[in-house]
Amino acid sequence: MKGYIRNTIEKSPVPLTKEDFASDQMVRWCPGCGNYAILNSVLRVFPEIGYKKEKYVVVSGIGCSSRFPYYVNTYGFHGIHGRAFPIASGVKIANPGLSVWIATGDGDSMAIGGNHFIHIIRRNLDVNILLFNNQIYGLTKGQYSPTSPLGAMTKTSPYGTIEHPFNPGELVIGASGTFFARGIDIMPNLLTDILFEAAKHDGTSVVEILQNCVIFNDGAYEHLTNKEVRDDRLCIVEHGKPIVFGKNKNKGIILKGNKLEVVTIGENSITMDDILVHDQTMPDPGIHVLLAKMTNPVILGVIRAVPAPTYDDLMEDQIQQVKQSSPIKCMDDLLNSGDTWEVTEEA
Amino acid sequence: MSHVERKPIQDIVIKFVGDSGDGMQLLGSLFSEAVSYAGEDLATFPDFPSEVRAPRNTIFGVSGYQIHFGQRKIFSPGDRVDILVCFNPASLKANLKFVKPGATIIVDDTSFNKELLEKVGYSSNPLTDGSLSNYHVLHYPITKMCIELATEKNYDKKSAEKAKNIFALGMLSNMFSLSKELVIDLLRKKFGKKPEVFELNKLIFETGYHFVDITEDIPVFFLRKTKLAPGKYRNITGNQATAWGLMAAAEKAGLQLFLGSYPITPATEILMELAKHRELGVKTFQAEDEIAGITSAIGASFAGALGATSTSGPGLSLKSEALGLAVMTELPLVVVDVQRAGPSTGMPTKSEQGDLLQALYGRNGEAPLMVIAASSPADCFYAAYEAAKYALEHMTPVILLTDGYIGFGSEVFRIPKLADLPEIKPPFATPNTKYYPYERDPETLVRKWAIPGMEGLRHRIGGLEKTDIYGEVSTDPLNHEKMVKLREEKVRRIARRLPPQELYGNPEGELLVISWGGTFGQVRQAVEELLKEDIPVAHAHFRYIFPLPENTGKILQQFKDKKIVVAELNRGQFAKYLRTEFEGYTFHQYNKVQGHPFTVAELMENFKSFIK
Repeated sequence: MKGYIRNTIEKSPVPLTKEDFASDQMVRWCPGCGNYAILNSVLRVFPEIGYKKEKYVVVSGIGCSSRFPYYVNTYGFHGIHGRAFPIASGVKIANPGLSVWIATGDGDSMAIGGNHFIHIIRRNLDVNILLFNNQIYGLTKGQYSPTSPLGAMTKTSPYGTIEHPFNPGELVIGASGTFFARGIDIMPNLLTDILFEAAKHDGTSVVEILQNCVIFNDGAYEHLTNKEVRDDRLCIVEHGKPIVFGKNKNKGIILKGNKLEVVTIGENSITMDDILVHDQTMPDPGIHVLLAKMTNPVILGVIRAVPAPTYDDLMEDQIQQVKQSSPIKCMDDLLNSGDTWEVTEEA
Repeated sequence: MSHVERKPIQDIVIKFVGDSGDGMQLLGSLFSEAVSYAGEDLATFPDFPSEVRAPRNTIFGVSGYQIHFGQRKIFSPGDRVDILVCFNPASLKANLKFVKPGATIIVDDTSFNKELLEKVGYSSNPLTDGSLSNYHVLHYPITKMCIELATEKNYDKKSAEKAKNIFALGMLSNMFSLSKELVIDLLRKKFGKKPEVFELNKLIFETGYHFVDITEDIPVFFLRKTKLAPGKYRNITGNQATAWGLMAAAEKAGLQLFLGSYPITPATEILMELAKHRELGVKTFQAEDEIAGITSAIGASFAGALGATSTSGPGLSLKSEALGLAVMTELPLVVVDVQRAGPSTGMPTKSEQGDLLQALYGRNGEAPLMVIAASSPADCFYAAYEAAKYALEHMTPVILLTDGYIGFGSEVFRIPKLADLPEIKPPFATPNTKYYPYERDPETLVRKWAIPGMEGLRHRIGGLEKTDIYGEVSTDPLNHEKMVKLREEKVRRIARRLPPQELYGNPEGELLVISWGGTFGQVRQAVEELLKEDIPVAHAHFRYIFPLPENTGKILQQFKDKKIVVAELNRGQFAKYLRTEFEGYTFHQYNKVQGHPFTVAELMENFKSFIK
């Protein structure tokens, strides 16, 4: 067991397995798509989290990622473009006893659904967001997205984009996000661990998943995932541990002034003691933003997980408080409250 | 004046007008409360600019509050004003056209100086130049008197100036022989938390009250109580009634009420009212936009709540795509559209019936849903209740059309008992049984509602077309056509459960008047007046727009060789709709798009023109 999942959602009386969540639907993603690995991680983590299988709800918007609900055997809602967040908000607010998961893509969440994305994060509603980031519009066949790098040549930017991309981590933290983690499709075990942490977090957890689109953006992350360079370009952070990476685990990140810097342990009299120890619970988001924005190496793992009251808890608490202090217990009480008058027969 | 005999009245229309900072809404609501306690039937309508504080003494900054009360059944806030109470030159200028010839105009003349008169285009003072000789004009320096009175008692000038509306409240209370003590109680409720402010207002109220006794020419009346059916009553505005109707439906159905909504005039009061009622478990979600308002409500419905959203025309436009999603997923949903004058931002505080065709057809694809319309402020309660009932029992979105006029307006409301309202029984699926999302009841074609958390009913729904019964994603051409027809037929079959359309008046008359929604009061009163004059007319006022009641065709048939006129506050949308549903009829139109309700007089004149 990797820690405590709180008890507000009913647990399964019997142990569950991956098969309990396997769908009978034919999965219609392209062969080789990074989404398969994500699906697999989700199927592994749901039984591990241990809620009753009817308590999971998967909500999505539109796009390749948003076909997700059809491929998991849970209660599922396939919404409309960009609107998975408010749909899921309604589900969670109406029934806080459900474990709500949102599958979304870079276009769905940060272009058409950008407004909803920042507001669900701001409210800290207790839902889990799987943000499939392939830096391209796949389902509409290859247009640039809000995360496509400046200059990317796509079908709608044949001469290169002239738009600056969002960094999802920076956006999440900028929207007062309490949880941000990053995974990648080629590391399914890491992703499963991250998803478990996301489930544990009370509040909106955003998991950005770097995901390769084999058809329209193949190789977008090749500079990170190539076996030759992978260990030097990807760095996994763990709470309470110094941030080190590299084939020989001899590279580390230090805070120098107000910047993060990559150093080699043993060079220039740098020792392990100089290396920045990762604290995911720091309320001040400064270092978390710097980590989320690093490009070499790219940071994976849970970057930020800060406790804060959730919208759904505050809603339930407020209802309980007002119920206790109000003399109005039912609709008849309300209808007859305040200024009323009687008209009698003879009037 | 105490020595003058008080005149009895049938019914009377009073309008309070002044600057938007003059406290007209407070004066109006206090006076109407006092009148309702006296046992009168009444209807009110506030008429104010959309600016919070418009520039002083300008025509567009005029704020008004109209009240119609009396001993007979009051259908509407009234067309023409019997008593105008006026606080500045701009409000006199803006409202004179609504005043009956011979009516009484009471004016606070403190601000009728050369500068302010010229500002609104008066070259001389209308109070003294004889231009108002058709009216009974009474003008007093009300504000000045308030200031003198207050400074004597060491109150500051500003508070005294502010209380001028309370002086008028005192005058009106005496003019209509309302109990002084009762109105003071109302003032205590309003100002009691600040004893000093209360004392000042009480003093000014009493002075205004006494002023009528010592001043000649001020007319005084006595009220006979209205013959209302026995029961308990309260005042209610349309928007409050809508909120309460939704709450009542949720309690009756044993469900939680969820409202996802974005503030928009003139619908915001529904969100504000529901936000007050956490004590009954109401969950309001002030969404980031109109789309989030409706989609959160759809999510809440999926999760087993009564999902609702409230908006006005521009917001309904933004919700179109999500309405299609609710049609496709066949979830219960109530969408309240408090219509305002459009298109675009239009005139936010002014009323219109311009969203009918949008409600009926404004979605991509074949996306029929139920549309119903409330007819008066108090009726909003029952219309919202019914909208929720049909949404829940027939698993369909329902658009409830009200409008700014009945939403802001108030009416005397006979308090119902929840036990007496019709049952609401949503078609819940049974846990641990074989469940197919689009398996339907053979009679009603309604699918079953399986709610996340229920054991053994996991399933997926969404905006993609699904196979009949099983609910798998499908692009099969014949299946799509079948599903399109099933969704339409499901909504059409609601008609089997609707009460028959009422026909009022003379069924063998020369003219059938058709109306719908918030125009009921004026149209019914016009028809009543014509019937009193032995003019053979009938009236069908529609509540159920889609589907129409099953006997609608039969009623039209009765008037096939006579005249039919459809009166509505748009360019003829209901008439257009009736033409598509019923061929071979000539539907005449009477339309108005001025942001104002019909007047009874204009309706009577128009209806008479059809009678030989």
